[in-house]
Amino acid sequence: MKKLMNNPTNVVDEMIEGYVKAFPNYVKQLEENKRALVAVRQEETNKVGVLIGGGSGHEPAFMGYVGYGMADGVAVGNIFASPSPDPIVEVTKKIDNGQGVVFIYGNYAGDLMNFGMAAEIADLEEDIKVERVIVTDDVASAPKEEMHKRRGIAGEFFVTKAAGAAAEKGYSIEDVVRVAKQMNDVTRTMGVGLSPCSLPQTGMPSFELAEDEMEIGLGHHGEPGIEKGKLQTADEVVDRLVEDILKDMPIESGNKVAVLVNGLGSTTNMELYIMFRRVEQILSSKNIHIHRSFVGSYSTSLEMGGASVSIAKLNDELAEMIDFAADCPMYVQR
Amino acid sequence: MEISAVQFKQFLMNVVEMIEEQKDYLCELDRKLGDGDHGVTMSIGWQAVKEQLEGPLAEEQDCVKLSSTAGRTFLSAVGSSVGPLYATGFMRGAKALKGKEVLDDTAWKDYWVAFVDGVQERGQAELGDKTMMDALIPARNTLVDAFEQEGNFIKSIELAVQSAKDGAASTKDMLSKRGRSSRLGERSIGAQDPGATSAAAILEVFLQTVKSSVCESIS
Repeated sequence: MKKLMNNPTNVVDEMIEGYVKAFPNYVKQLEENKRALVAVRQEETNKVGVLIGGGSGHEPAFMGYVGYGMADGVAVGNIFASPSPDPIVEVTKKIDNGQGVVFIYGNYAGDLMNFGMAAEIADLEEDIKVERVIVTDDVASAPKEEMHKRRGIAGEFFVTKAAGAAAEKGYSIEDVVRVAKQMNDVTRTMGVGLSPCSLPQTGMPSFELAEDEMEIGLGHHGEPGIEKGKLQTADEVVDRLVEDILKDMPIESGNKVAVLVNGLGSTTNMELYIMFRRVEQILSSKNIHIHRSFVGSYSTSLEMGGASVSIAKLNDELAEMIDFAADCPMYVQR
Repeated sequence: MEISAVQFKQFLMNVVEMIEEQKDYLCELDRKLGDGDHGVTMSIGWQAVKEQLEGPLAEEQDCVKLSSTAGRTFLSAVGSSVGPLYATGFMRGAKALKGKEVLDDTAWKDYWVAFVDGVQERGQAELGDKTMMDALIPARNTLVDAFEQEGNFIKSIELAVQSAKDGAASTKDMLSKRGRSSRLGERSIGAQDPGATSAAAILEVFLQTVKSSVCESIS
């Protein structure tokens, strides 16, 4: 796979350097750790801090979601690998305003250990109250009885949005956590993979999939899904994805939802809109109201082909969080 | 026998070298089970350790400091899941050596027992989960048993390394139960676990380093 880069070893650091130089009004890099970025805020706040983070290679996640109404800081890991506790602790120290900090991250072994260690250090050495919200939206990654084993994928965007809005509204840390966990509980994602990505350091494809094949339920690091099969039409694929979501989380007629159709990296917006079109058809045929929709590349896997559909079943409070304004380099909502 | 800080430093440097040599092979193993970066991840971590060894730690004479700094450096550089696991291992090993006036056979037996117990406590993986613990737990158990019988560290670690290698090889037939590869189900069978492979290789490097320095001191 061809990539525009210099030394493969430096891709993450050079990416961060470019990002902070490109958006100096939004983010700054901490002197204490080059993998630690925080939002530039014009005004003083005493709100709860929201910290996100994870591996690189998912751009615009997670750096792109640091800004007003979303996250206050991000810890950036190596490609598809959790950040170490160091940058997490540095961001935590910086964004704590005495109200505590909420960590939001996906349910992966590395993230659980590194964010867990960072939370312990922040509590022990810095006396900062830290709460953790672990995202588990991927329906395909474990059966319903083992929901705690599910991976976090694109739905993390909704959870970050909910936490960011709640924090901005001045909620206590307990309430920010309550809202974020509630958003995670009502968010489900199903993805489909069409082609692999390749890690910059190895240049090798992350998995094999024939030209006419697709894989349902593929993870966003190329983890295998639940079923490999012949490539189908966009409508057929969306039918399957939405069916699996609704089987897992029934939504009644008259309910309102937020929908995210997310590209994994090399999927065009054209394809994503075609997919969204079908999602809308299915939901409106069931009299489910789309309260707000998001279509684009929100959480990618380098140049992986494919997309995911996320649906969040909203109550009034969660709808309010989804509607709250946000201003980040990669995501603006008024 | 005593193992000096110079030898311990040599062990760490030899690991750096071994990882560079094995990098592609470890990635290849990982491509069948994970996202294919285990060799790269280990390399990033151990290169950071090398920088410490050649810089701030160049004159360090304390194995406790060497081991704990190696662990913390590795963690800072990689994060990931191996970061906290190896960091905990090296730091717990360091703790086991702390305060001992002579780093004799018993001290090094205790070092590796604490190392393995630390990794297991952090990662919570069991024997048979198809992880690095499938190399480390058999090595630990062999080390403890052999040391009890022989009272000789070199002999015991030699047997322990064999157990680690056998353990790593045995992961081939296992169903993955931890981490990303656990989603593979049946498809994980047939591929040897890269984490177990590199863990066994690190123990082997330790054995070879210690053995060759024993020969040097005899000759």
